[in-house]
Amino acid sequence: MQVRVNGSAHEVDVEPEMPLLWLLRDVLDLTGTKYGCGVAYCGACTVLLDGAPVRSCSLPASAAAGKEIRTIEGLARGGTLHRVQAAWIEYQVPQCGYCQSGQIMAAVALLEANPKPSDADIDAAMTNVCRCGTYGRIRAAIHAAAQA
Amino acid sequence: MAITRRGFIVGGALAGGGLLVGYALSPFSNLKRARALGAAGDEVLLLTWVKLAPDDTVTVIVPHSEMGQGVHTSLPMMLAEELDADWSHVRMEQAPADPAFANGGLARGYLAGDFQIPSALSGTTDFAMRKIAELMHLQITGGSLSVRATGVAGMRRTGAAARWMLVHAAAEAWRVPAGEITTEKSVLFHAGSSRQARYGELASAAARFDPPADVPLKPRERYTIVGRSQPRFDVPAKVDGSAKYGVDTRLPGMLYAAVRASPVFGGKVAGFDPAPLAGRRGVVRAVEIPGAVAVVADSYWRARQAVDALEIRWDAGAAASHSSDSIFKGMAEALKRGGLKKDYAFGDAEAALRTAARVVDATYRVPYLAHATMEPMNCTAQFSGGKLEVWGGFQDGLGARAHAAKSAGLSLDAVTLHHTAMGGGFGRRGPTLNYLEQAIAIAKQLDKPVNLIWSREEDLTQDNYRNASVARVRAGLDASGRPSAWLYEFTEKHDPKEATWIPYGIANREARYASGTDPIPFGPWRSVDNSHHGFFIESFVDELAAEAKRDPFEYRRELLADAPRHRAVLEAVAEMADWKSPPPKGRARGISLKESFDTIVAQVAEVSVGDDGRARVHKVWCAADPGEVVHPSGIAAQLEGGIIYGLTAALYGEITIAEGRVVEKNFPDYPMVKLADAPAIEVKLVPSGAHTGGAGEPGTPPIAAATANAVFALTGHRVRALPLRKQDLRAPPERWSPEHGTSDT
Repeated sequence: MQVRVNGSAHEVDVEPEMPLLWLLRDVLDLTGTKYGCGVAYCGACTVLLDGAPVRSCSLPASAAAGKEIRTIEGLARGGTLHRVQAAWIEYQVPQCGYCQSGQIMAAVALLEANPKPSDADIDAAMTNVCRCGTYGRIRAAIHAAAQA
Repeated sequence: MAITRRGFIVGGALAGGGLLVGYALSPFSNLKRARALGAAGDEVLLLTWVKLAPDDTVTVIVPHSEMGQGVHTSLPMMLAEELDADWSHVRMEQAPADPAFANGGLARGYLAGDFQIPSALSGTTDFAMRKIAELMHLQITGGSLSVRATGVAGMRRTGAAARWMLVHAAAEAWRVPAGEITTEKSVLFHAGSSRQARYGELASAAARFDPPADVPLKPRERYTIVGRSQPRFDVPAKVDGSAKYGVDTRLPGMLYAAVRASPVFGGKVAGFDPAPLAGRRGVVRAVEIPGAVAVVADSYWRARQAVDALEIRWDAGAAASHSSDSIFKGMAEALKRGGLKKDYAFGDAEAALRTAARVVDATYRVPYLAHATMEPMNCTAQFSGGKLEVWGGFQDGLGARAHAAKSAGLSLDAVTLHHTAMGGGFGRRGPTLNYLEQAIAIAKQLDKPVNLIWSREEDLTQDNYRNASVARVRAGLDASGRPSAWLYEFTEKHDPKEATWIPYGIANREARYASGTDPIPFGPWRSVDNSHHGFFIESFVDELAAEAKRDPFEYRRELLADAPRHRAVLEAVAEMADWKSPPPKGRARGISLKESFDTIVAQVAEVSVGDDGRARVHKVWCAADPGEVVHPSGIAAQLEGGIIYGLTAALYGEITIAEGRVVEKNFPDYPMVKLADAPAIEVKLVPSGAHTGGAGEPGTPPIAAATANAVFALTGHRVRALPLRKQDLRAPPERWSPEHGTSDT
């Protein structure tokens, strides 16, 4: 099947039921997207599918075929960080960092759908788990990115 | 590179120009005791290193692992401060797991009484009995020790020694007295002759100078780097997906392994039929290892699907009889039976209880907890030509290397360990290395590198857990409600030893404990024993205040007359929270205070209870005295994170045992605080200037009691068991043991 990831087309030969997460990580070697729970709870595997956030651990590769997939590796443009990534640095959000690819992708999707989210909008959209407890800084960085 | 050893400073010129300086913490103040344990006279301990290149680049080599606590930035800051380096020229390299970078000096500090080494982190219950040779294999990141031991004892002195050498090189070159030379931002100045030079220009010449072992350190008033929030070195790679964690290890020809271990701890594989693997795409083969079966394949998902397809027969063994109920019952019985071990004793608590006007008596309990790091346990191993290479995230790299050598039956020299970033540690990636043992056992049966990744299900059910514990606490109050006796009985003591100590002025106090009550594998969990003693002690002090009909802040404050640092932190948090003001309608505030790892933390939680009977924490104020502050934003981040970690445990955290197995299989069974239910957190640092304390753990211990005490203030429901989500907080508290409750005598 053919998948488009970060603007490039890839012809891949995998089982249609292989989750998109493992296609990205083990076949295309895009390791920025992380495995956390495998049951769509934690969101560490969040990527954008035609602009919408999806939990790639629970999405069969066949459901992603023909759609535009965006991962953390495809966020910066020409060496310039996405404004969400820049805000993440400004607010020094990450601690261990493992969940942050998924957090950033969820935040990018939120801001693309809702350029000036309220706290309640952020509460509703940002359902990813961070065991280091960086939630306060995530909220502040999203508000800052919305102003950027 | 030519290196000469000069006393305790190791210095030399770098090939291609530049300066290398290392500092060894020694001699230790308790030389006699260390020698008695087998120390050689010229042992090199606590090595820290810095490289200074001709282009002015300063590379600080850090012997600790980064797991989000910021140590790869805060330690270079401490060195750069003493070096008077230009911070923009400073880089960090993590030291390899090699004895030249051992922080055995932490252990020596322990022997000298300077620091506490949590024995859980060293994998033994009696640390001092270990041979010095074993101490040399420590490279601990844990016990909130990095800054307070390596930083204070090593980084500062290394930076000061390198600066001393540069100053003396300049003095010789310019033929002026060294005392007239000043330094700032990696430049040397001599005002009298208007000369200046960059550090890089004199780096090679500086290598010939021999600094004294006791180079003076800078006074704090002159700090320009330490005490300010510098951007962390590890952050950029964590926002663009390029940071490499253990799961991201990729090697030529590498295979992936998925594993299923005996669901009952200590169980064995009775057998399995490999037939379901036939014809499965990408599957190499099944591998039986002690207590588990693994499948190796060309992708992790294929390996996982295949191992899940196997029907494995288990020989569960004796542990299958355990359940949470049976364990809690055994703990309560052990406390009732008596014959407890002495923890501490001052005065005569039993006698004082007998003569007290009133006795308050309450029993608490906490469940097992898993670490649930975001990155599941994993390890990559490869055997080749009689040597073993290991890749992964380890809180104690040298300890993991020694463990790997033993597990593989190889000499230490035959094992190389490569550090990766860690997707969370919280103690899990310290001394408990069952995933490392598995990776080695699997790789031994293949001729390729194998990346073993645990499923979340393996990660939650094969952890080494924060122990469940029961505590019965009794206090005797005089007629005015002031405590004269404190009798503290609990099950299982691990680390650190002072976790049971109380700062309050109670003349007769005694603590004692039962051991042998816990059949479940134990592992250090963020703040270790402090996590539950914080809840027990601070809940009970709140009960005493209620019994005395006193404000819980004022009651604590009066008992801290002889503990000025604790009192100052408590007063700071009360001021932040405007404690005297009434909380918003439908909310109440609870207060709590716990010192751990030399940092004193007080918290106030503002809580409501919904129509569903569940508590919600809206706001947490946190005041902390970490002695001194190296990286303010970093300490604040650690305290914020520690609060969320502790709040998840207080509200939701519970690992249940049934038929010897862990019931909770994945995150939906083991829920966590998410952004929408995370409280707003306000942190204030009130450094007293005392000995530097830790940051990674001290935020966790106070939050459960602060929350539970707020629930009591709001509803009158006294929480004596965690987690809160299992209880309807509008209803009277669950009575689970006969000793439960308050009694007047």
